[in-house]
Amino acid sequence: MIKLVFFASLREALGCESLELEFEEPLRLSEMIKQVEEKKGKHWGEVLAGESVKIAINKEIVVNDELLSDGCEVAFLPPVTGG
Amino acid sequence: MKLKVLIQTEAIDLDKEHRLLQDSDGSVGAIATFYGTVRDSNENRRVQSIFIEHYSGMTETNLKNIINEAKERWKISAATIIHRIGKLEVGEGIVFVGTASSHRKDAFQSCDFIMDYLKTNAPLWKKEKHDRGEDWVSSKESDQIFARSWKKGGD
Repeated sequence: MIKLVFFASLREALGCESLELEFEEPLRLSEMIKQVEEKKGKHWGEVLAGESVKIAINKEIVVNDELLSDGCEVAFLPPVTGG
Repeated sequence: MKLKVLIQTEAIDLDKEHRLLQDSDGSVGAIATFYGTVRDSNENRRVQSIFIEHYSGMTETNLKNIINEAKERWKISAATIIHRIGKLEVGEGIVFVGTASSHRKDAFQSCDFIMDYLKTNAPLWKKEKHDRGEDWVSSKESDQIFARSWKKGGD
């Protein structure tokens, strides 16, 4: 199982805070997003693959199409605006 | 070096934070601080309040990393970052950054650097309630430019 979490404008665009997903090895980030799109609809695919969206795995930003591991937390982050 | 990172809903006690920086080390001769507050207008809209959310756990780690990077570049004996979350009214404090050093340049520059990196890296998001509704604040290209200007070789 992996956990997906969505923040700020992404959470509102999806109407969802978090999601648990069955996990079957091996699974890359891009394949996982594809699975989510198939399950939840095209809108989800568009939101999650947005150009400005950053992804963190276990709270660390990743830039490559990483292999996911069971139990990991994948976060989708819109551009930050703190300060 | 004394490093302090807090994410909180409560107001920031400026006097206390200033004193802690001063007392961090006998060699302190310069303290630079930045205090960001909620403006009453943004992009031609009258702001009523803001709401800030963050990614718990990641924010704290991220802010500690920023302080550690500042420590590599300037001689600082203490650094504090306090960021508030939740609903904040116009005029209330949002963020406090303070650095202490023996000399002013290290204090000024490290404080400036920490703010620029915080604004472009820390997983915090602002939503604005204004006279025409509410919106998530969009990131500014100018903030990216400020942060990039600190890249080694570029400062």
